[in-house]
Amino acid sequence: MSTTAQVDRQVVEAPKRGLARFNIQLENIASAIVLVGLVIVMSIVSPAFLSFSNFLDIARVVAITGIIAAGMTLVIITGGIDLSVGSTVGLSGAVTASLVANSASNSAFVTDFKLPVPLAVLVGLAVGALIGFINGLIITKTKIEPFMATLGSMIFIKGLLFLFTGGYPITFKPMPRDFAFIGQGALLGIPTPVWAFAIVVAALWWVSRRMTVGRAIYAIGGNPEAARLSGLKVDRTKIFVYTLLGFLAALAGIVLTSRLASATTVNGAGFELIAISGVVIGGTSLVGGRGSVVSSLIGVFTVGVIKNALDLFGASTQVQYVVTGLVLLAAISLDGLARRRRRS
Amino acid sequence: MVASSTPQPLLRMEGITKSFGNVQVLHGVDLEVGRGEVLGLLGENGAGKSTLLNILNGVLQRDTGAIHLDGEPVEFAGPKQAQDAGLAFIHQELSVLPYLTVAENIFIGRLPRRKGAPWLVDWAACYRQAGEILERLAVKIDPRTIVGRLGTAEQELVEIAKALSMNARIITMDEPTASLTEAEIERLFTLMRALKADGVSVLYVSHRLHEVAEICDRATILRDGKIVNTVDAKTTSSHTLATMMVGRELSELFPKTEHERGRETLRVSNLSTVKLKDVSLSAHQGEILGIAGLVGSGRTELARAIFGADPITAGEIFVEGEKVTVDSPGTAIRHGIGLVPEDRKLQGAVLSMSNAHNISLACMSKVSRLGQLDRGAEKQAAKKLVADLQVFPPRAEQETGRLSGGNQQKVVLAKWLFAGSKILIVDEPTRGVDVGARAAIHGLLNDLAGQGATIIIISSDLPEVMGMSDRILVMHEGRISGELARKDFSEEAIVMYASGLEPIKEGSNA
Repeated sequence: MSTTAQVDRQVVEAPKRGLARFNIQLENIASAIVLVGLVIVMSIVSPAFLSFSNFLDIARVVAITGIIAAGMTLVIITGGIDLSVGSTVGLSGAVTASLVANSASNSAFVTDFKLPVPLAVLVGLAVGALIGFINGLIITKTKIEPFMATLGSMIFIKGLLFLFTGGYPITFKPMPRDFAFIGQGALLGIPTPVWAFAIVVAALWWVSRRMTVGRAIYAIGGNPEAARLSGLKVDRTKIFVYTLLGFLAALAGIVLTSRLASATTVNGAGFELIAISGVVIGGTSLVGGRGSVVSSLIGVFTVGVIKNALDLFGASTQVQYVVTGLVLLAAISLDGLARRRRRS
Repeated sequence: MVASSTPQPLLRMEGITKSFGNVQVLHGVDLEVGRGEVLGLLGENGAGKSTLLNILNGVLQRDTGAIHLDGEPVEFAGPKQAQDAGLAFIHQELSVLPYLTVAENIFIGRLPRRKGAPWLVDWAACYRQAGEILERLAVKIDPRTIVGRLGTAEQELVEIAKALSMNARIITMDEPTASLTEAEIERLFTLMRALKADGVSVLYVSHRLHEVAEICDRATILRDGKIVNTVDAKTTSSHTLATMMVGRELSELFPKTEHERGRETLRVSNLSTVKLKDVSLSAHQGEILGIAGLVGSGRTELARAIFGADPITAGEIFVEGEKVTVDSPGTAIRHGIGLVPEDRKLQGAVLSMSNAHNISLACMSKVSRLGQLDRGAEKQAAKKLVADLQVFPPRAEQETGRLSGGNQQKVVLAKWLFAGSKILIVDEPTRGVDVGARAAIHGLLNDLAGQGATIIIISSDLPEVMGMSDRILVMHEGRISGELARKDFSEEAIVMYASGLEPIKEGSNA
């Protein structure tokens, strides 16, 4: 019908005003606007805020959970989720710690068998990647909801962590310098964890936007059946993103162990929620198909800045939880509203 | 016209019209159902049957016209009012609650309450009353059975029991036999005869013409939103019914271009899947092969099996004379096969991605090296295809979800042009597509065939499949029930084959 065609033209041309001219939608940059606004307000209110050292502090705080959030972004874009990353942080960190020279614990698994630091790190990373691979395998082969599958592995791996450490902390007497560098060192004045975070974000951004596997990740999240009928390897791609996330969770766990100079059973507890919050506050939709690693970077920094600001004001941890929770709820509500507008 | 069996019909619908937007679906439909009568309602897909039934049962509101029940005018604001007035609607897709018992399903929403404690369910009464209704239907099902454990036929009987428990006087059954076996159909018919004897009327929708003769008293034929005729179901031949259902001129919308038919490009021999039984076919270079048949006859399943989207249990596929193993869409694409699926939004396009990204999706290797995308080349290719296919707006970066249906379909077609498919299967390529885009899509398919591609077109739209195809295969219940060369194309022949009947070969014009 000619009338239908006219209606379609209106629908298509209507959003070409304002930002849409630059192919940008408000919902995609809303989180950036919030972050910039926060920074401006804080700079005015507190002179201590706008300093390079304070910025580095924020970056160091968000780096560890940020590494996980970057990987979590890809999983969420495929339409999945991974609740097991917090446990993976703990287990990988403990495994690496047990293999690093001078580590000690009451646990029977922490023996005199030690490896050079790079190898100990590799073993820890392999443990994380293996956990992610198994998550991916369970999700694709049994078609269990990712939420349920990774809830199960979260508890299972937590159990392994307790068995491995016997509940005792693993400490260093003293910590080898090259292992300490991972979490406590700095290069060109920038802390190592921040370097790691920056490299992870850049690499994952490249993978997701410039590589065929990244395109497949978006297509699978946007429309799994269309992706399958376009010849994409849906299962293999999903297993890849879960493996990558497991690997990154292990990296975060090793950095954390080095930074805290100990591996305990509480290392990484709750990290899955912090990472998911960062991703969602950044604007990546939990429905899948939309979002980006860069917006998650903005999301985790938003959480970091809020926490930093509350610290500067001397607010208690309880208040910090309340505020972070409110921001998360606001972000999710905005996502829901935007989706409803898109549908209508 | 055959008059109603009783002087005053139980139900009379008069001059019913209904439009959706500016498309008029029903043009003044009159319908009568007598007491204890089984009236067949026949028509092709899209003739307006569902709309009419939805209006009768209060699901949709009519624009104009009147409905009389027992001679009294009635108004149904919603399905509940229609139910209260004694109308029951049994949909093709059953709406039983699988985890509840038979009795709970029958009385859901109005379970009997205990005297003196109305917040408690009187389970004893519930099972007893359900048992009585089932007994009246001569159905041997324990009312305590969980419905999910019953077969489809028994679930349908539960729906009928539910209708009776609400004192239904007119039961509408929309293709009740679609998923039943012969024995189950017989049982259903026995039950329908018992209902008739009790004075209950049935409005029976089916595509199976021989069933209409067996169970219906009269049959009303609907075509393009108008009543064509009402006939005596017992004395009217299936062939006559089929003629009345289609009976329209072949539209001039399909300028068929003649192509050289080249070598065989695709051969399928004895292909079987869960839904297909022993299907064999061959298609050639430059040929447009049509596949007709009713919804559910296995057309889509055939396309998906050839494309590697559904597992094959037996049979072989040959591409360009070579036997190939197509175990996934990826391998099918490598052998040059493309599929435009029947549901554009759910299976065809990724609506959240741009046109360029959708177009390159099936063959990203063309614009990438070692997994690195060459986005410049990708955009160039997309720009050209978007312009060639007259996608509106002609922008490569446009999000596909923001396009109209016809333009989305063009993007899906562009994907297979980009992938260079030599064998393109299109399943309902113009469903929900406006007239202008339809013509563009038909033109494109003709051009592709002219360039030596093999096109397989699946369509419920008979004028479309007849206008486009060089040859038509008709499917019925998972098998190919007939093959027609272009010179033998007729809607009657297709409908007969599609209903599992042999077309009547007449010396004169059939």
